[in-house]
Amino acid sequence: MKNVTIAVNGVEHRASVEPRLLLVHFLREVVGLTGTHIGCETSLCGACTVLLDGRAVKSCTVLAVQADGRKVTTVEGLAQGDKLHAIQEGFWEEHGLQCGFCTPGVILCSHDLLSRNPSPSDTEIRESINGNLCRCTGYQHIVNAIRSASRKMNKRVPARAAAAR
Amino acid sequence: MARNGKPKAAPKNNGKRNGQAAHWVGKKLKRKEDPRLIQGISHYTDDIKLPRMLYCAFARSPHAHAEIRDIHTDKARAVSGVVGVFTSQDTSGIGMVPCAIQMPDLKVPKHPVLATGRVRFVGEPVAVVVAEDIYAARDGAELVEVDYDPLPVVTDMEKALSEDTPFVHDEFRTNRAFTHALKNGDIASAFKKADHVIKQRMLNQRLAPVAMEGRAVVGEYLPGENRLTIWSATQIPHLLRTQLSVMLGLPETAVRVIAPEVGGGFGSKLNVYREEAIVPWLAMKLNRPVKWAETRRENLACTIHGRDTINDVELALKKDGTILGLRVRILADLGAYHQLLTPLIPQLTALMLAGSYKIPAIDIEIQGVFTNKMSTDAYRGAGRPEATYIVERIMDVAAHELGMDSAQFRFKNFPLSKQFPYTTITGLTYDSAKYQESLKKALQLSAYDSLRRRQKSGWKQGKYYGVGVSTYVEICAIGPSAATPAGGWESGTVRIEPTGKVTVLTGASPHGQGEETTFAQLIADQLGIDPDDVNVVHGDTMAVPYGIGTFGSRGTAVGGTAAYMATQKLKAKMATLAAHLLDAKPADITIGRGRLTTKGNKKSISFGELVMAAYTARNIPPGFEPGMEATHFFEPSNFTFPFGAHIASVEVDGETGEVKIDKYVAVDDCGNVLNPLLVDGQIHGGIAQGLGQAMWEELIYNEDGQLVTGSLMDYALPKAHLLPDFTLERTVTPSPVNPMGVKGVGEAGTIASTPCMVNAVCDALSPLGVRHIDMPLKPERVWRAITHAQASRDEHEQAMAGAVAKSSNSKSGRKTAGRRA
Repeated sequence: MKNVTIAVNGVEHRASVEPRLLLVHFLREVVGLTGTHIGCETSLCGACTVLLDGRAVKSCTVLAVQADGRKVTTVEGLAQGDKLHAIQEGFWEEHGLQCGFCTPGVILCSHDLLSRNPSPSDTEIRESINGNLCRCTGYQHIVNAIRSASRKMNKRVPARAAAAR
Repeated sequence: MARNGKPKAAPKNNGKRNGQAAHWVGKKLKRKEDPRLIQGISHYTDDIKLPRMLYCAFARSPHAHAEIRDIHTDKARAVSGVVGVFTSQDTSGIGMVPCAIQMPDLKVPKHPVLATGRVRFVGEPVAVVVAEDIYAARDGAELVEVDYDPLPVVTDMEKALSEDTPFVHDEFRTNRAFTHALKNGDIASAFKKADHVIKQRMLNQRLAPVAMEGRAVVGEYLPGENRLTIWSATQIPHLLRTQLSVMLGLPETAVRVIAPEVGGGFGSKLNVYREEAIVPWLAMKLNRPVKWAETRRENLACTIHGRDTINDVELALKKDGTILGLRVRILADLGAYHQLLTPLIPQLTALMLAGSYKIPAIDIEIQGVFTNKMSTDAYRGAGRPEATYIVERIMDVAAHELGMDSAQFRFKNFPLSKQFPYTTITGLTYDSAKYQESLKKALQLSAYDSLRRRQKSGWKQGKYYGVGVSTYVEICAIGPSAATPAGGWESGTVRIEPTGKVTVLTGASPHGQGEETTFAQLIADQLGIDPDDVNVVHGDTMAVPYGIGTFGSRGTAVGGTAAYMATQKLKAKMATLAAHLLDAKPADITIGRGRLTTKGNKKSISFGELVMAAYTARNIPPGFEPGMEATHFFEPSNFTFPFGAHIASVEVDGETGEVKIDKYVAVDDCGNVLNPLLVDGQIHGGIAQGLGQAMWEELIYNEDGQLVTGSLMDYALPKAHLLPDFTLERTVTPSPVNPMGVKGVGEAGTIASTPCMVNAVCDALSPLGVRHIDMPLKPERVWRAITHAQASRDEHEQAMAGAVAKSSNSKSGRKTAGRRA
């Protein structure tokens, strides 16, 4: 067994875990956050995508011990109280989900994209979510959702910057 | 939480139904389901965790066909954390996995929950290991040792029907599970009179539904209460409850099935699976809650598959393109066992083989075939995509053969709108349609003429542009009970609570379709209230009256109608009480904007006051039942028949066989629309799934019965960058079958897009002499078709040249022959 300390959505979790424990099982079984879903356990579907130190990773192929001392953001960590994150709003407004199973992974993958590329083209959006499979939507409304989030976030950023000054 | 998309001003009425203004129906309302889903705070079955819960994993057969000599479980039991290992010896008291279909000559093999004596497909469960955590359970499953005696395997349908085949089930002495014929009209004379007979063999490959959430089951048994609760990722909680109570020998009243959040189904969860019985049995046996969640490998190997037919098609035509008759011979690969609806699916194909055309004579023969594979069953469209593929492909092959434009060929053979309701040669009565209108609209939207011009000029420059046309008609709102194995009605209860909030209980069991929103829109309009005040409850057999479930595009058309009808009963009841309280006649009461008002707006009572009066019941008319609740079991009088026309424009690389989708246009008619945003979503997803079949998806078993496409690395689902933006339009032809005039839209996209895409690619390559390519149209397969066509053309040209040369100069003719040798 190994001791790990992982900050999940800003809260530190200490646990003694088997070295083979996957990060996704750590999140779901140890921390008890089940918004991160398991879709294939082989890194192919992207349902388990979370942010590890801000970058999207598929948590079914990261060991909990590899996340020791690092920061993890899951879908549960995006909204601020009652205020949804702009990406979540985008998915709601543009009907970017149907069954919702792949959604947390796609949201976190697009979070990574928008942090690196605040105004992606539709092609860039489609390419960035290539590792996230959705069987319900045909992706078109997902692309609309991410585009809409990008616009919203770009509007808010200058306003926030101005407020800071 | 932000308010749910309420318009700022009172929206304009876009139609009145039953005297009620449509404020919410037809609006692009944001979904009520979404806030919990986008925050990851909803609960799918695998998210359920109960105190003292155990986890299980299955040891499954690596052989497609083998005798089980012995099973050794000692090593598995020795794993730390393993609580028990169970084999068929332990589970023999559990009933057989059910098949709901009856046919005169249907052979129904025994289908025990764990393999008994023999295994018949790769992945068949042999033992189950239960442990304190999933890691220990899987360690244990790896250590279950089974002595197998491998037997000969059959995976090819034609071989399975031949003389020297091994039998999947020895007791039948044949692999022919059933035959089914549908014949009508004078087929012999149709083919005799025909100027042209178009023949084509086409394969419809085996597919995996791949809902993103795999199957999952949790069982909990409380012996004191004699209450078994089963959470399952299912589309049919009530039917599952009935079947599991029989399999487990419990009174149905002791069993509660809950379908919590369900992550997609596409037909794969419209079933009763072995694991759904084993997991609750374990919970009873061990007196602890037990959970099983499928791995993706299990999902691909052991959840039902779809399609898998060989179709020999012959179309008899007059020289002007008029259809005279259609003959189809189908072999349907059923796999090794029957799941719930396995033998039904090819019969649905037969019913829909008239497509959207006037066909005076038809002759269909189907054979269902056992092979050493996982069962096939209902996958999105369930028999109808197979039918549409046959019809729409043969129409295109015929149009090409006759040198007619594909669209014109179809116009020629459509029934006219005034001929509806239209009785087809297969015996169905299509409710309403305007096939001409939808195809015309699709032609306009795709700029069809300019696509054709581009194609012609492209050929001159060695570019292969193709235009694919596909029309379709779908059988939805399944269905009248007489035509279904387990009842085709649906239940709906509407209850106005004392505080005026409304609960809708529906027997439909949505799993992504958004009926918590659309039903709220529907009922809110009927009661003149806000959809935020309507809470739609589904998927819990203790909360909801018996229902059938969600499949076959029936949720809205059958389940929604049940809720609508219940609301009509409730409105009559409200009017009675309001008339009593306001001293008026019930017929003079109108309901709307939160009030009940007498004729001429003289007197009114608020919705809340009226409902409270029904519950306090101190001042009610004689004979008036207190409370405010009504239930309706809606039995549809017919199916509904949505239809449409899709057009795809593609470019095929003649060197590599790669296909690029330039444009995809879909004009669909699903009758009246409750929420356009959700209808678009259904169409988008359906198109993507149908293109998946056309382009990438294929489950492959090798000769030994090994599933060689057993992971998402090998089974290629459509990804975002592979798909274009789809351009959608609608025509609206209300259905007369239900009062809302809705038809259903869950499967339309899947049905139309597969032949549309294949038609486009074959059209692109037609100048090269390519007539047909079997799916999926992977670059390699397209390239082979091009190369093959090129080779036969060269051969033909050389033969022609040789023949010409021979007649003029016998010497050079011999040379040509020598080169070819």
